[in-house]
Amino acid sequence: MRLFQLIGSYFLLLGKVFSKPEKKRIYYKQTIKEIEKLGLNSIGIVAIISAFMGAVITIQTAYNTENPFLPSYLIGLAARDSILLEFSSTIVGLILAGKVGSNIASEIGTMRVTQQIDALEVMGVNSSSYLILPKIIATMLFNPFLTMLSIVVGIIGGWSVGVFTGVVTTQEYIDGIQYAFIPFYITYALIKTVVFAFLITTISAFHGYNVEGGSLEVGRASTRAVVASSVAILLFNLILTQLLLS
Amino acid sequence: MISIVHVSKSFGEHAVLKDINATFEKGKTNLIIGQSGSGKTVLLKCIVGLFDVDEGDILFGDILFNKIPFREKKEIRKKIGMLFQGGALFDSATVEENVMFPLDMFTTMTLEEKLERVNFCLKRVNIINFNHLYPAEISGGMQKRVAIARAIALNPEFLFCDEPNSGLDPKTSILIDELIKEITEEYNITTIVNTHDMNSVMGIGDKIIFIYEGKKWWEGTKEDVLVSDNKEFNDFVFASALTRKIKAYL
Repeated sequence: MRLFQLIGSYFLLLGKVFSKPEKKRIYYKQTIKEIEKLGLNSIGIVAIISAFMGAVITIQTAYNTENPFLPSYLIGLAARDSILLEFSSTIVGLILAGKVGSNIASEIGTMRVTQQIDALEVMGVNSSSYLILPKIIATMLFNPFLTMLSIVVGIIGGWSVGVFTGVVTTQEYIDGIQYAFIPFYITYALIKTVVFAFLITTISAFHGYNVEGGSLEVGRASTRAVVASSVAILLFNLILTQLLLS
Repeated sequence: MISIVHVSKSFGEHAVLKDINATFEKGKTNLIIGQSGSGKTVLLKCIVGLFDVDEGDILFGDILFNKIPFREKKEIRKKIGMLFQGGALFDSATVEENVMFPLDMFTTMTLEEKLERVNFCLKRVNIINFNHLYPAEISGGMQKRVAIARAIALNPEFLFCDEPNSGLDPKTSILIDELIKEITEEYNITTIVNTHDMNSVMGIGDKIIFIYEGKKWWEGTKEDVLVSDNKEFNDFVFASALTRKIKAYL
């Protein structure tokens, strides 16, 4: 029952978020700020994790395919498909649920407990739209770039460590990257990224917006936001995979 | 003028406001006083529309504020300035951006006009040369004054202050009280102040309403306070040693 109540409140909030903005210019400025805060500031963590994960995927694939009947280009192929299909969209999505999701929930939650949201409402501003819509637009626009960055850095990370440790040559790795490449996989990764960006932002904002109490509750809301966003990402990963790849 | 007529509000089984009637006059500093938990903040939030009332009416002039559609309510809200207990300044915005926010949102003024208005409002509350600091970088008293500047930026017709002195030292509290009173008279605003500070009551209370256990228990002016024979009201007013001494002296 409580779950249905939560889902109902979530959709009611979305209804308010997507109502007509008061002043589009202000929303545009807010969106640019959010792109910097939620997108540009995530480049570092995405790049570091992607490089290391690409490297680990390459080494693990190499040590598990030592059979002489298996061609070495399979290492590049496995790294490419793992990064493209799952890592750069889903795993990076989960990482962003932690970083961006907790940021959004705690920011909006703090605004709620310090009455900043009440101040907006008293002024006649649609607080949910003003605070949440620019974040949704910012993440849905910018996260695909993070995914593309993650794909490139992950593949380069795999190549550099593969060559450095001698488990694969540059030519074999590139052959693997190019072998039986399906361009739709990139579209699939980007569609998932956009959906995950929407889920992370709206779920986290919902938890922050409905905080009641003090700073302790803001912390709890932040944790709930990360957990709920992560579960939603996993659920929608399954649904989208079935819809797009079957 | 703001009128509240037979207003009641409950949270679940707990009745917080019980059939309250009051009128708050224009150009006067109207005070709602009472102990912590008496329901005065709930009453203020009902008046500004942050809470819906269960029963009764809230009138801004002759407009039934609690019964008009959301869009019309928004128009009234543009005429409202509110000072919250903690200031409620936007953390991520500078002093200047905080005061400019309502102008950005609801006017078509040019940047120069907005800056002129912001500087005027900040000067009015004696905040000079702090435009580019963030709320965390200024004192609590200054935050309250910036919040007042933001509240008056759009030339409001109604000003609401929720415990404006909380967390401030007595001297700064008096400055804030005086500022509220001056602005009320200068711009002929209907001002409602929620407080439990007796200095404010005696200093700026043109009209005072005492809330006790969710009911309006007493009403009068600051001159009436010392001669009231209402037991609950006197228990509240003369709770401190200082006010008891004053009464004994009188």
